[in-house]
Amino acid sequence: MRSVKALTGNQAAAYGVKLCRVEVIPNYPITPQTIIIEQIADFINDGELDADFIPADSEHSAMSMAIGAAATGVRTFTATASHGLALMHEMLYVPPQVRLPIMLVNVNRSLGAGSGIWVEYNDSMAERDSGWMQVYVEDNQEVLDMVLQGYRIAEDGRVVLPFMLCLDGFVLSHTVERVELPQQEEVDRFLPKFVPLNRLDPKVPMSMNIAVSPAHSMEMRYQLDRQMDSARSVIKEVDVEFAKAFGRSYGGLIDTYQMEGAEVALITLGTATSTARVAVDELRAEGKKVGLIKLRFMRPFPHEELRKATKHLKALGVFDRSISANRFGPVFTETRNSMYGSDIPITDHIAGIGGRDLTVPVFKEMFDVLEKSASGKKVRECTWHGLRGEM
Amino acid sequence: MEKKMNIRTMPQEDHLLNGHGACAGCGVAVAVKNVMRILGENTTVYVPASCLLVSGGGMYPHSAFDVPFFYSAFENTGAVISGIKAGYRRQGKDVTVVGIAGDGGTFDIGLQALAGAAERNEDVIYICVDNEAYMNTGTQRSGSTPFGAWTTTTPVGKRVQGKRQFKKDLMSVVSSQDIAYAATLSIAHMNDFVQKVEKAKSKKGFRFLHIMTPCTSGWKSDPSMTYDLARMAVETGMWSLYEIEDGETRVTYRPNEMVPITEYLKLQGRFKHMSKEDIETLQGWICQKWNKRYCPAVPPLEKKEEELALNGDHCEGV
Repeated sequence: MRSVKALTGNQAAAYGVKLCRVEVIPNYPITPQTIIIEQIADFINDGELDADFIPADSEHSAMSMAIGAAATGVRTFTATASHGLALMHEMLYVPPQVRLPIMLVNVNRSLGAGSGIWVEYNDSMAERDSGWMQVYVEDNQEVLDMVLQGYRIAEDGRVVLPFMLCLDGFVLSHTVERVELPQQEEVDRFLPKFVPLNRLDPKVPMSMNIAVSPAHSMEMRYQLDRQMDSARSVIKEVDVEFAKAFGRSYGGLIDTYQMEGAEVALITLGTATSTARVAVDELRAEGKKVGLIKLRFMRPFPHEELRKATKHLKALGVFDRSISANRFGPVFTETRNSMYGSDIPITDHIAGIGGRDLTVPVFKEMFDVLEKSASGKKVRECTWHGLRGEM
Repeated sequence: MEKKMNIRTMPQEDHLLNGHGACAGCGVAVAVKNVMRILGENTTVYVPASCLLVSGGGMYPHSAFDVPFFYSAFENTGAVISGIKAGYRRQGKDVTVVGIAGDGGTFDIGLQALAGAAERNEDVIYICVDNEAYMNTGTQRSGSTPFGAWTTTTPVGKRVQGKRQFKKDLMSVVSSQDIAYAATLSIAHMNDFVQKVEKAKSKKGFRFLHIMTPCTSGWKSDPSMTYDLARMAVETGMWSLYEIEDGETRVTYRPNEMVPITEYLKLQGRFKHMSKEDIETLQGWICQKWNKRYCPAVPPLEKKEEELALNGDHCEGV
């Protein structure tokens, strides 16, 4: 029988790892991720999970170990946040090219000077060129479910790419929610044993990841780009399969809320989506035609899906919880790129930076800008919401 | 007593194949070729950024290793081999996993991952092929470069000539953790060499082999002198041969008398600028190490004779 537990986002990730029968788990602590590896350590020491738990000397080494283990053909997991992800940066470029479907949970946290330990997306957004798939989740059930879906997508023969699951530091990682746990047999049926594309094995010796000259490396990059593209349909397909198996579905690359008849809409990601839903409900009650698009996957980016979902809009806003220090946030620049040729006005809305609280009024403020924009008024291309006083 | 392996009885099947891209006279190629003969086909090799990656790992679609070979970065040898071993262990495959890194990848950028693997007592072999500088990038100074040596980042200038610091004592760093086996090797003492590699292969837990590998291009030496340089390094005390097992250090070859360092320096262009004063400084450093290594911990030579590799099969230099 399926069970229901009260779990933090971090614990939900750990339960997902257990249900997926991950075999090698290199790890290194960092706030706000640490509870994931602590929970996994408990599972292993209590005999509930049979896995090799390797305490690494750094996140760089943790990813290096994951790469080594995955290269032999076993299911592999690690988790990190912020500075840890930045330290992994060099190694993140290896699994996509070597085609190792490693799962990494990144608990989003701000990065660099003038920052603390609270949620911001600068850490994972900086890695979106590395070739990892990236999903941003809204609640703890989605954390668990996307660990299951993530392995299935990553290990699919049409994809074979690593998978980065991004969840909001503290807002999810340390917040307890109701999480339904599937039975082990159900997960085993949904996620078959991992069969690698290639593997290190003295019985079938091969050299993996040796030097590649310009005569061949361009084709490798082309293949990587094609694989990321083919992940789009697999992500949607797996979501449908997941719904059949477990009764929950997330919509694939994007999800929508109150988009029917909407004249203006906001694109959100992560837990901000939940707060924005409330703002939408309240504005709808006032008769305002507002809607919401939940961006789930940053990689592969839902170019076509966004164009389709926004076709009927008079104005589109993009919520960004990170900034490129070049006027706009990354979700906005990518969205505007996807919308090239469309005459819908698009605006960027920077908020929640450094973990600043995102409240319903903040999102209502964003919709105000969008309604002005829809009525043809001139609005700023990019607005920072919730700044202290006039900057 | 079982007879120890020597260069006559060692396996002859190559796993670093002919046609690799190393320079004529490359000490690394000699070392790795012989290491691979002993480790055999049930081995997986990880090589970080280094000459060996380019010359042995090769350029797609060519590779000189006929066992599984892997690369991913420069500073992570200790970590990747830990991961590979874990992956094999999960599948019940008993494979010898070896990481072969240069001195830059070991003394400097790879020290943290190496120390981590040693502390966890990972069941792997870590080999440092030491040519005393970043040779793959064109001879830059490393923590292993000896005092006085020219490199492109310790140039011979009007004000400063060559490296001002002494070679890092890596073996002390590595053996500060009680690891299963640690040894220094020379390609000029091949019986000692093969016995140490075989011993490392036979043990479980973390094993560390440190091999002195002369570099013809970086040391500015004649390719035909590689063996002589390796031999002279030991005779002068620039390099010493010993092993550490169960916390005990055992010298495996003791020169009869110390050859002056000038005999070693004069064979190499990298030292040709050295002032008398600098040579004396280097000689003083060597004398200290010599005394520490050979006296008084080492018993009188005659009592240890049968254990000494030099007196084993009398085929030194064959």
